[in-house]
Amino acid sequence: MTETLLEIDNLSVDYETARGDLKALRDISFDVNRGEIVGIVGESGCGKSTLISAILRLIAPNTRFRNGAIRFKGDDLLTRTEDQMRALRGGDISIVFQDPMQTHNPVITIGKQMVDIQHRAMTSKKEKLATAAKMLGAVGIPDPEARLKQYPHEFSGGMRQRIAIAMALMSEPDLLIADEPTTALDATLEVQIIERLKDLQRDFGCAILFISHHLGVIAELCDRVVVMYAGAVVESGTVREIFHNPKHPYTRRLIECDPGHIKARARILPTIPGEVPDLANLPDGCIFRDRCDQAVACCAQVPPLTRLSEGHNAACWLNHAEEVA
Amino acid sequence: MTDIIADTSKSRSELAIIIAGVARDPLGLIGLIIVGSIVFSAVFASWIVPYDPIAMNIPDRMQGPSGTHLLGTDQLGRDTFSRVISGGQVALKVALPAIFGAMTIGLTLGMIAGYGPKWLDNFLMLLFDTIRSFPTVMFALAVVALVGPSLQTVVFVVMATSIPTYGRVARTQTLTLRNSEFILAERAMGASMARILGVHMLPNIIGVLAVLAAMDIPTVIALEAGLSFLGLGVKPPTPSWGVLLKDGYALIRQTPWLVVGGGLPIILATLGFTFLGESLRDVVDPKLRKNR
Amino acid sequence: MSPILEVKDLKTNFGSVNVLAGVSFTVEQGETYAMVGESGSGKTTVIRAIAGLAPAQAGSVKFEGREIRGIGERALRPLRKDIAMMFQDPTGSLSPRLTIRNLITEPYKIQGMKDRDLDAEAKRLLELVNLPAHFADRYPYQLSGGQARRVGVARALALEPKLILADEPTAGLDVSVQGELLNLLNDLRERLGLSMVIITHNLNVVRHVADRMGILYLGRLVEEGTTEAIFHEPRHPYTNCLLSANPEPDPDARLDRIALKGEPPSLIQRPSGCEFRDRCPMASEVCTQVPQWEVTDGHGVRCLTPRHL
Repeated sequence: MTETLLEIDNLSVDYETARGDLKALRDISFDVNRGEIVGIVGESGCGKSTLISAILRLIAPNTRFRNGAIRFKGDDLLTRTEDQMRALRGGDISIVFQDPMQTHNPVITIGKQMVDIQHRAMTSKKEKLATAAKMLGAVGIPDPEARLKQYPHEFSGGMRQRIAIAMALMSEPDLLIADEPTTALDATLEVQIIERLKDLQRDFGCAILFISHHLGVIAELCDRVVVMYAGAVVESGTVREIFHNPKHPYTRRLIECDPGHIKARARILPTIPGEVPDLANLPDGCIFRDRCDQAVACCAQVPPLTRLSEGHNAACWLNHAEEVA
Repeated sequence: MTDIIADTSKSRSELAIIIAGVARDPLGLIGLIIVGSIVFSAVFASWIVPYDPIAMNIPDRMQGPSGTHLLGTDQLGRDTFSRVISGGQVALKVALPAIFGAMTIGLTLGMIAGYGPKWLDNFLMLLFDTIRSFPTVMFALAVVALVGPSLQTVVFVVMATSIPTYGRVARTQTLTLRNSEFILAERAMGASMARILGVHMLPNIIGVLAVLAAMDIPTVIALEAGLSFLGLGVKPPTPSWGVLLKDGYALIRQTPWLVVGGGLPIILATLGFTFLGESLRDVVDPKLRKNR
Repeated sequence: MSPILEVKDLKTNFGSVNVLAGVSFTVEQGETYAMVGESGSGKTTVIRAIAGLAPAQAGSVKFEGREIRGIGERALRPLRKDIAMMFQDPTGSLSPRLTIRNLITEPYKIQGMKDRDLDAEAKRLLELVNLPAHFADRYPYQLSGGQARRVGVARALALEPKLILADEPTAGLDVSVQGELLNLLNDLRERLGLSMVIITHNLNVVRHVADRMGILYLGRLVEEGTTEAIFHEPRHPYTNCLLSANPEPDPDARLDRIALKGEPPSLIQRPSGCEFRDRCPMASEVCTQVPQWEVTDGHGVRCLTPRHL
């Protein structure tokens, strides 16, 4: 039974700036089902940060929601009041951020911070501390009871990130949003965290929305993948479909460029020439057209996100044989 | 994300951008107008004043405000309004050199303290703390006793006592920037301390100091007024707002308009410069943040 | 040909913390050497100590045969023409209030070369790194990460150095842009005959730019050899862990990952014996002894239970 937990439906978000409207998200649509891990892959400027801030409504003052809905358990979050959103944050929806060195309040002990975020639970402080210690143990922090009394600076970066995950999972959220949680960590720590996340997800059964630009981690962790480029979803599908049978030129190029799979020393590494388009001055037609080596005439129209097979969507005219022919 | 929101048009000069930013803020605009008026009237005082501010006219003494004398006359028959305008000139003649001098010296010493060897830092901090521990009025008394009261004395006293303020701020900014990657890069290229401080540190610090200076001007004006009120400031017959206050205070029942004439400009100047300074700070600050 | 850089037994302490415990390596002319390590390995300190930006209390650093460790800033200054550095934070290493033109011609001004046509030099350097000429008037905050990195490269190349020290040259870059930078570095290296020392924790980068590499752990080299040799036959368990900790962009890739236990130990209290043994999946009783550095066929390793031998 796959129940849809989060449904992003044709979401469009702009930033109002002096230079004009920055079209940060355009017609974004994808789902996250209960208990599944969905990865969002994209490079700088693709809109991942805007997407997360839109879901949690932790937005900059010049953000404008132009269109669309964000449905969580059937409810459109965009119609909720700030108080209702606050009830949701850290409760049913939790988040782990990118920089573990800045996540925690440096002048409050970890124990106190972990007790504080249990403010919804009607349990005693002692019970909250016990829960906190249990969570620290679950993320692999040795000697948790003693460490609750320590301050963030007494933990390494990798440990702090694990604490952040522990804190995010304490409320047993339905959805955990992980915003590049391993980008700031060394590779060996990264794999530790990924393994840990996999185990925890199995135990807690929450859905995870995992944002990263690291293809290898996405391939290892996620069930489904959404590929974003310059504010649009260009492809989405199961992890196998995306990596073994990509249907969008950007996805293909992205996978090619990842040096992780280039085993032999390459004199010239593949790249995607050109720059990400200016979101305030969008080109006509397909957003990837200027950098695509397979562009054809009909790319002057914006291709719709089309369903190509069960669970595999792509926004590219090349998949419409009749258009290209 | 910062580069999405950053403004990429650099067609206008930085100063124009700052002024435009200040003008957008209502309080900043008020500050800009007040300060602009004060500066204007100070610069063009000689042409604006209806009467010679030091010309005595005993028959007309102690007149109330009227058509001929907007703010009346004082006990020597001098036109109050003209003295108020000239007082503005005096106020700025003291404030601007004093603050500019204090800022320059404070900036230099502060940067050296923040970047140089520890012993020099300790020495300079000791120096600053010593200066700050002197009550300004006592210090002024001592200097006046030595060299007599005058405009220059006031400028000197004000400057000397303000140096530690700018010095401390410059030092803190320098200490913060000292370990930034771009300073490290300059050191990696072999830049000398003078170059690092002058070319790379200074532009990043001066904004903060300028804001401080703008907010400091009313303090200095009040300081000058205070010293002049005590008779330690400018020599008569030079008009200064403090002197006006003093004259008016002595004969407050007969010539209350002198107190207004002396006090109101100080209040307006304080308000104006403070609004301007705060607005400046808001405009300058987020620009610095763009560098993330 | 004599090596362009010879580092012998470099030791650095920050207070009571022993960050570098005796690092030795050599870089031949025209070679690219990669120093690989994770946080806390001391890799940034090594490169800074070579450049004279971090202290080194013992050991020797010879540039073109000449000792430069501890010679003081004045003696080092003329050598800064020949040794250029690139920093990890691309925009942070650019003075925020200077235009790009002023930034990349800084080296000329510092070395007192006032007679040069700085505008022309700026143009030349921007062209060298494939940036359009009008970028000369921009400010660092107006550049993307990749563009700022290339400005850093341009600046490093201004005075035609012989050796470039690059600190994580691809950190923070998108994958599609990373290749551009690496291709640029490779191209420039060939054209200008540069020697490079690159420090990174990204093994994928190393594979494509480095001739030789060294693995740094807790301020000591634990393995060193040609890139090929290390990738195909890693001898030290830590190297093995690093290599296997590289997730591949393939969901069906077999994960024979060698897990690393725990966290790097504290530098204040270094472990006894082999410093890696608390985390080593291959540790045994023999590892309570201190392993020595042993070289076989140009491949060095510091381990009591090395593989492939």
